[in-house]
Amino acid sequence: MFQLNYTGQLENKPITQVFKDTLEDMIQTDPKVVHLDADLMLLLGVLDVHKKFPDRVINCGIQEANMIGVAAGMSAVGLKPYTHSFAAFTSRRVFDQLFLSIAYAKKSAHIIASDPGIKQAFNGGTHMVFEDLALMRTIPDAYVFDITDSAMYSFLIRATKDLKGLYYFRTPTSNVTSVYAEGSEFTIGKGNIVREGRDATIIACGLLVSVALEAAKLLESEGISVRVVDMFTIKPLDEALVIDCVKKTGAIVTAENHSVYGGLGSAVSEVLSEQYPAPLIRVGVKDEFGEVGPESYLRERFGFTPQNLAANVIKAIALKSKQ
Amino acid sequence: MKTQKELERMAAEIRTETLKCLRTRGFGHVGGCLSVVETLAVLYGDIMKYDPENPKWEGRDLFVMCKGHAGPALFAILALEGFFPMEWLDTLSIPGTKLPSHCDRNLTPGVDASTGSLGQGLSVAAGMAHGLKIQNQSNRVYAMLGDGECGEGQVWEAAQYAHHHKLGNMIAFVDWNKKQVDGTLDEVMSLLDARAKFEAFGWYAVQVSGSDVMAIRNAILEAQKNQGDKPAVIVLDGIKGSGVPEFEQMEFNHHFAFDKDMIDKVIKNLENKLAAMKEE
Repeated sequence: MFQLNYTGQLENKPITQVFKDTLEDMIQTDPKVVHLDADLMLLLGVLDVHKKFPDRVINCGIQEANMIGVAAGMSAVGLKPYTHSFAAFTSRRVFDQLFLSIAYAKKSAHIIASDPGIKQAFNGGTHMVFEDLALMRTIPDAYVFDITDSAMYSFLIRATKDLKGLYYFRTPTSNVTSVYAEGSEFTIGKGNIVREGRDATIIACGLLVSVALEAAKLLESEGISVRVVDMFTIKPLDEALVIDCVKKTGAIVTAENHSVYGGLGSAVSEVLSEQYPAPLIRVGVKDEFGEVGPESYLRERFGFTPQNLAANVIKAIALKSKQ
Repeated sequence: MKTQKELERMAAEIRTETLKCLRTRGFGHVGGCLSVVETLAVLYGDIMKYDPENPKWEGRDLFVMCKGHAGPALFAILALEGFFPMEWLDTLSIPGTKLPSHCDRNLTPGVDASTGSLGQGLSVAAGMAHGLKIQNQSNRVYAMLGDGECGEGQVWEAAQYAHHHKLGNMIAFVDWNKKQVDGTLDEVMSLLDARAKFEAFGWYAVQVSGSDVMAIRNAILEAQKNQGDKPAVIVLDGIKGSGVPEFEQMEFNHHFAFDKDMIDKVIKNLENKLAAMKEE
């Protein structure tokens, strides 16, 4: 079970430190764990672990495609590879390698995809991936997670260590708002109700979970009661929870640091349209490329604000009367 | 070690069975299957450790057919070595088959890597070699690259990686048959000197005739003796469609449909040649 630790504050401990500690522990306790990196160990904070365990924490250089192939080969001989690069370069750049060398070949790998969407901030539009969830969802049997905070991250990378398959962790590396208490447990395929409500549901993931919680607070002051769901498990999606949200609240707003094409909003709309048609509004990036700037600017620019979510909740509630 | 005649006979058997396998569908990747049969004969005849009764035996050497479209040639040697019944060769690419056009490790006993999207196999082989090294295992890894495939940038990423991480437990082959789908490499995308290129990437690199079983075997044995902690490459100077003059002379012989009378005649000739070799 998870416990909430949401106060709207940033985490005290950097998420990279949490990854480093988790990786180091896994390396020490499991001789099969290896970490492959595409020249971004510094960003991930694992250079020290590399120095300590040079045979197990391996730099592949700027060769993302080769790194995924190497992970496939290592999996074939019994190792448990974790790989890392920026989300853009370990999804769209290596889609064919993930698809064939890992997934089709039924090998196992844990893909750490750093700083998705607007988390790229000053790296700008070239690095800003708003399409990785869409790509990854189409790979048969892949597991796709949009990580909310450190507690979730450390639990999932550990909990999936011995499991077979392709695991994609879409993960921020800095300035993460704490949502869950340390030691929380999560279930693959089960979304979390992080706030109860009656009038509508915001189904959010990753960066947008804390924004959704703020939106729910705003709406509460206007007398609107909103359920908030953290659907970190983009695939497998918690379809039963989506239906439950509609049955109990009657309208849904999805919110994601991703294109509205192919990501969480699409996944939820697929469930609704096939199983339980109901009002749905998708908040996300609308057929646009990313751009450069501070995260605060980009949050405004793409509507990742409590105010914008709240306005869309009101619109979604209004759609109920058209049913 | 087998005699030259034994290895040549093995190659002739692979060539014959590969074409019989392809004949069941009436079309296929003929040229690039035929140019690798001598190397497959040497690897499976004299070099690699494997157990047909236990294809996933942990002590086995691993083979990656990077040019996944040469699957039928690999299937032929695997069937001949007893990984599965010879009758399976008639099921190439039929619905529900265990022998798809391109190599699939989850379908075919003895196939170690799923390949078909060119350029990925050498990375997988490097990962296997590195993974074995990390675990202090003595198994070796062999990989067969196409020459056209070397146009894929990922091949050179893997080449750099294998040298940097001192993967002296792997040997790659480049099937330098000089043709790809749309014509010769020189017409489509020139590779120039593959041996020199790999050498420049820090590999132990040699070039031999791709149709000379003894030269191939010597090259492998020499490489293993001399490569130290370097990955090794053996460039196979060969002919696309090799061993069948009718196919060698075709302008486009990467993938084609057979003329029925011609393929029957070709296979008859090969069978006669094989029978004569067996009598010797």
